[in-house]
Amino acid sequence: MTVKQRAFPSPIADPDTEQFWSAAKNGKLMVGSCNSCGEKHYYPRGICPHCGAQDITLVEASGKGEIYSWSVLRRADPPFAIAYVTLDEGPTMMTNIIECDLDALAIGQRVKLKFSETEEADGPPVPTFVLD
Amino acid sequence: MSINGKAYIAGVYEHPTRKATDKSLAQLHAESALGALKDSGLTKDDVDGYFCAGDAPGLGPLSLVDYMGLKLKHLDATETGGSSYVLHVGHAAEAIAMGKCSVALITLAGRPRAEGMATGTAPRNYGSSAPDVAFEFPFGPTVVNMYAMCAQRHMYEYGTTSEQLAWIKVAASHHAQYNEHAMLKNVVTVDEVVNSPMIADPLHRLDCCVISDGGGAIIVTSPEVAKTLKRPLVKVIGAGEAPKHQMGGKVDLTYSGAVWSGPMAFDEAHVKPTDIKYASIYDSFTITVLMQLEDLGFCEKGKGGAFVSDGNLIAGTGKLPFNTDGGGLCNNHPANRGGLTKVIEAVRQLRGEAHPNVQVQNCDLALAHGTGGSLGTRHGSATVIMERE
Repeated sequence: MTVKQRAFPSPIADPDTEQFWSAAKNGKLMVGSCNSCGEKHYYPRGICPHCGAQDITLVEASGKGEIYSWSVLRRADPPFAIAYVTLDEGPTMMTNIIECDLDALAIGQRVKLKFSETEEADGPPVPTFVLD
Repeated sequence: MSINGKAYIAGVYEHPTRKATDKSLAQLHAESALGALKDSGLTKDDVDGYFCAGDAPGLGPLSLVDYMGLKLKHLDATETGGSSYVLHVGHAAEAIAMGKCSVALITLAGRPRAEGMATGTAPRNYGSSAPDVAFEFPFGPTVVNMYAMCAQRHMYEYGTTSEQLAWIKVAASHHAQYNEHAMLKNVVTVDEVVNSPMIADPLHRLDCCVISDGGGAIIVTSPEVAKTLKRPLVKVIGAGEAPKHQMGGKVDLTYSGAVWSGPMAFDEAHVKPTDIKYASIYDSFTITVLMQLEDLGFCEKGKGGAFVSDGNLIAGTGKLPFNTDGGGLCNNHPANRGGLTKVIEAVRQLRGEAHPNVQVQNCDLALAHGTGGSLGTRHGSATVIMERE
């Protein structure tokens, strides 16, 4: 079944994540990339969770990935699909799979980025995914 | 240095209420404390250490210490969700071993039912300053869909089935029928579980724990104090704790922090999983139990589904009797936090005070394990091993 889309609460940017949400407003999904150990991370932050270095650059992700896990919350109105998506760049992120048949989701399905507008007029969009 | 043998559980109490419209939150904490003190044979004035978690109203432990009129030498308000109280037993044993206190009180209480809280199906916001909130809250993470994603992945990687998960609820219901205070006393079948309404794929209504008001308390004492009391001696011989999280995006939902807290506790106790006669395993959902049993080493990773099937967790017939009070799935999940009641039922078993129909024969070694927060994002894991002396 495909149902109406739930409204997304607007994320609140802070000094740590302003750059990420500005990029989101320009349609870009960024991941943290550590200039010390070379590892990428998500969600983005001011310290590398892998090595502890503070030398982080945000790099744009391709927006392609696959479903790591998913669940449809049937009791919500409207029901919606939460998921972890593993980006082709490596990190796995929490998101929603939108504009899909909620009865046909599966782990391993290829997905691509599609930002969704959020409730506040000036709120940044959030990175959601559709089946690729 | 080890806490093995340095502390005893001298008193436990499970508040009988399951819907507390007539009591305040502080009152539930205090009534639980008094119940555990009475059980131990100690009084309020004997308490010199106090432990509580995020369910305590007010600033950390201070409001409740004031309310109950405690005079203390040691305080600990470590908050790791529903696992907090299992972790507190370990912390209390540490404090006692260090001579910081000799009678530690741990309390838990909550009124989610009386307050009409949408416990499992509404997103919880722990405050916008939590660094993960902006990246998760917009997507509607709830308690149930987060655990559901763990189940989904476990099924994908290991072939675990809904029927296997259902056996966990079936076993809990077999135990709950003998507990006069249990919220759900009806014995259920695998078919009834898998045919109950889907809440969040692949978890059905009967894969989820109850929502209950109530509380409980534990008294942990030094060996010197315990040996002056008239209760059976329940010795703390091992404890472990560990957090697990998203690891910077290297998310793996197939295992829990029990892979770390379990071995710490077993090593300290100098015992192994096959030695354990009874296990209290946190059962917010059926999948929680299955993953923790694997991670604690009761079976091989990925084989949890086969391990829990065919009544293997039912007292009297199964190899590993678990949650003989009915657990969170059927009896009680006070304050949406099931760690404290896990310790209580383990102590009942070690004392030989469980219901006769579920009492494990010669139960001299028991484990209690808690998971708090969310298996799907970040959680605390705590394991305690206890021995009847």
